[in-house]
Amino acid sequence: MPRFLTDHEHRAVSAAADVLIPPLDSPELGAHPGGGALGVADYVDNLLAAFTVDPPLIFAGGPFSGRHGGVASFGEFLALSPNEELAWRTRIEGSRGIPEREFNGPTRGWQTIYREGIAALGPDFCTVGADEQDRRLRAQNELRAVLYDHACEGAYGAPEYGGNPELAGWRVIGADGDVQPRGYTDDEVSGRA
Amino acid sequence: MPESRDCDAVVIGTGPAGATAADVLTSAGWSVIMLEKGRNHLLSLDAPFAGLGHVSNDEIKALRRYFLGPDPFLEPRSYRRDEADGDRLFAGEVNNLPSTVGGGGFHADGKLPRLRAVDFKARSELGPIEGADIVDWPVDYDEMEPYYAEAERLIGVAGEAGANPFAEWRSGPYPMPAGADMFGAILTTEAATRLGYHPYRAPTGVNSVPYDGRPACNNCGFCAHYGCPIEAKGDPIAPLRNALRTGRCEIRPDAYVERVLLDATAKQARGVRYIDIDGNAHEVSARVVVVAGGAWETPRLLLRSEIANSSGLVGRYLMYHFQTFVIGHFPFRLHGHRGRAVTHLHDDHMIVDDASRAFAREHGLPYFRGGLTEHGGGGSPVMEGIYTAPGITHTREMLESNMRDRLWAFTVQGEDLPQATNRIDLDPTVRDVHGFPAGRATYDVHPHEVVASRYYAPQLEAVMRDAGAEFTFAATSPPLDGDRAGTRSASMSRHIMGTCRMGDDPATSVVDRWQRFHDVENMVCTDSSVFPTSTGYGPTLTIVALAIRACRDLAGLPALTSTRPQ
Repeated sequence: MPRFLTDHEHRAVSAAADVLIPPLDSPELGAHPGGGALGVADYVDNLLAAFTVDPPLIFAGGPFSGRHGGVASFGEFLALSPNEELAWRTRIEGSRGIPEREFNGPTRGWQTIYREGIAALGPDFCTVGADEQDRRLRAQNELRAVLYDHACEGAYGAPEYGGNPELAGWRVIGADGDVQPRGYTDDEVSGRA
Repeated sequence: MPESRDCDAVVIGTGPAGATAADVLTSAGWSVIMLEKGRNHLLSLDAPFAGLGHVSNDEIKALRRYFLGPDPFLEPRSYRRDEADGDRLFAGEVNNLPSTVGGGGFHADGKLPRLRAVDFKARSELGPIEGADIVDWPVDYDEMEPYYAEAERLIGVAGEAGANPFAEWRSGPYPMPAGADMFGAILTTEAATRLGYHPYRAPTGVNSVPYDGRPACNNCGFCAHYGCPIEAKGDPIAPLRNALRTGRCEIRPDAYVERVLLDATAKQARGVRYIDIDGNAHEVSARVVVVAGGAWETPRLLLRSEIANSSGLVGRYLMYHFQTFVIGHFPFRLHGHRGRAVTHLHDDHMIVDDASRAFAREHGLPYFRGGLTEHGGGGSPVMEGIYTAPGITHTREMLESNMRDRLWAFTVQGEDLPQATNRIDLDPTVRDVHGFPAGRATYDVHPHEVVASRYYAPQLEAVMRDAGAEFTFAATSPPLDGDRAGTRSASMSRHIMGTCRMGDDPATSVVDRWQRFHDVENMVCTDSSVFPTSTGYGPTLTIVALAIRACRDLAGLPALTSTRPQ
């Protein structure tokens, strides 16, 4: 259930994530399910709605995820300082003319960039062909640039941020992700395999 | 009756420079208050000062969300090449080192080499170079040796004495043996040896065995930029914990020092004024002020305070390392994400010989020196994705993992000559969240760095091909070719030096040989601001060794001595 994005916006972000990180099933390289299936829209929604929960969903906890031993603590997000809250609210919500957010000028927030950008993609964005989706997304440069960074974060970042469901993003590219407290043996560091 | 003060010393900054100062001064019985503008994610400030467990193998938090600070929205910095660029080319993230309890030591991967004797005496032994102000340091290697040895014991350095034929004499072995060799480094060190170079296991401030109550490293690979989740890295948790355990040290995080306060004579500091997490101002009075904010923030604070600058040199002689990256692509996976990020080094490209002198003369220089060459790998999936173009290229590249798992890199930390025009000053309009002017770097390279890079890069590409790379390429930071405007032209180096040069003459230096300010008798700088030259070695061990020396002198402790083995 999306928190900031509407259902339509959530589907549009998934479709746009598939334009930027397209699915591929290649005999020689293997299969990649694409950005949509790797939870990019859920990641983006968590980020845009970060301040609807306390502590906000900005800094995952530590030291261990529990995936390789230790007590799972990534899911216990850390509290922000007042200035960190200022910075992250400004990035997400925009400066909105609030003087303390504009000491170096105004900032357009990601919530605005997504909402306006998705609207400009058109109500039928999810159902048009891939080439047309690519053309429309290229016309929304600001959204495309922000979404690409977020798509990479969501697809290949720790799942506690909302993307990378069941570690699928790491699995398809052969990444281990976090490994503490197990780490690697000396042989795994020095050996060929 | 003596005036009552809050503490003997107030220390500004909690990175390696400040942490070492607090350790030495509290061990001498001094009371110390440490002020850190960043947050505390390192250790509990209550006994037994356990780790907080905030850092983790989390790429989003560490590399994408400024967890260890500084957040460039709150603390922007600006950059330009020279005055012809106007006020700045851009503002945002420039050479950021962590702003957090532990400072730059918290995030570094802990390669901790010593300088060599010639590095302290480059002017007298190698000579001047036009357009740069190369000077001798007012200390030499033999005097520094016992402080290097003490710094290695304090942090806990793992290494292999005798493995580097260019290294100076040592009074004893490393405190720990070297850790596991990375697979890629085994390939490149074998190739380098075949081609006549002299690679060796990197002295590293990461435990290879349990040391000082902290565990051995388990090779997780999340070293640089992350902070160690298991405390296998000694810098700077070891000195901070030592200081706290004396009961004479208080660390105040989220404390932004606004200015250093002088007394009526204007030759003595009486303390500092700082702003706390809620924006309230406080003063701390002290007998001595130790500035340890790093070579960017220290001059920024002094310029803002309008002190210690009768020479006009505060902020000048800003130096980085001119980084040359030689990349090789291998036809198999290297798993460079396992292990300590860099496990081998070689010094050969710092050695001036007949061939390099001939190349230098062809390019109008008497000589040049490159820098320490790191054999490293690694890479992280989010950044691999972001650096890859969107579209089907992304998917193919990520499945093949060309960037993350098949590249190996040499990074040359090339010596950057001191130039008075390269400097930190205050940006005329960009502000930080507290309303104070942002620091601004004005920086451009000297031909020395460019010629050195162009000489050594092809040699390193040959090593990479001999190691099995299918293709190789070289790049530099700052870049030499193509678009040299805007963000691309800034140095990415986190090795920041100079800006409060150490020397005997108050007209040509900012601090004296004991790192006391010529203009302010009871103020000391313990960070890399004091470096007169950059050398080609990472600065941290020398920062710590110098800080031990300066603070022992300050506290009236006897100088350390050591004996050269026969």
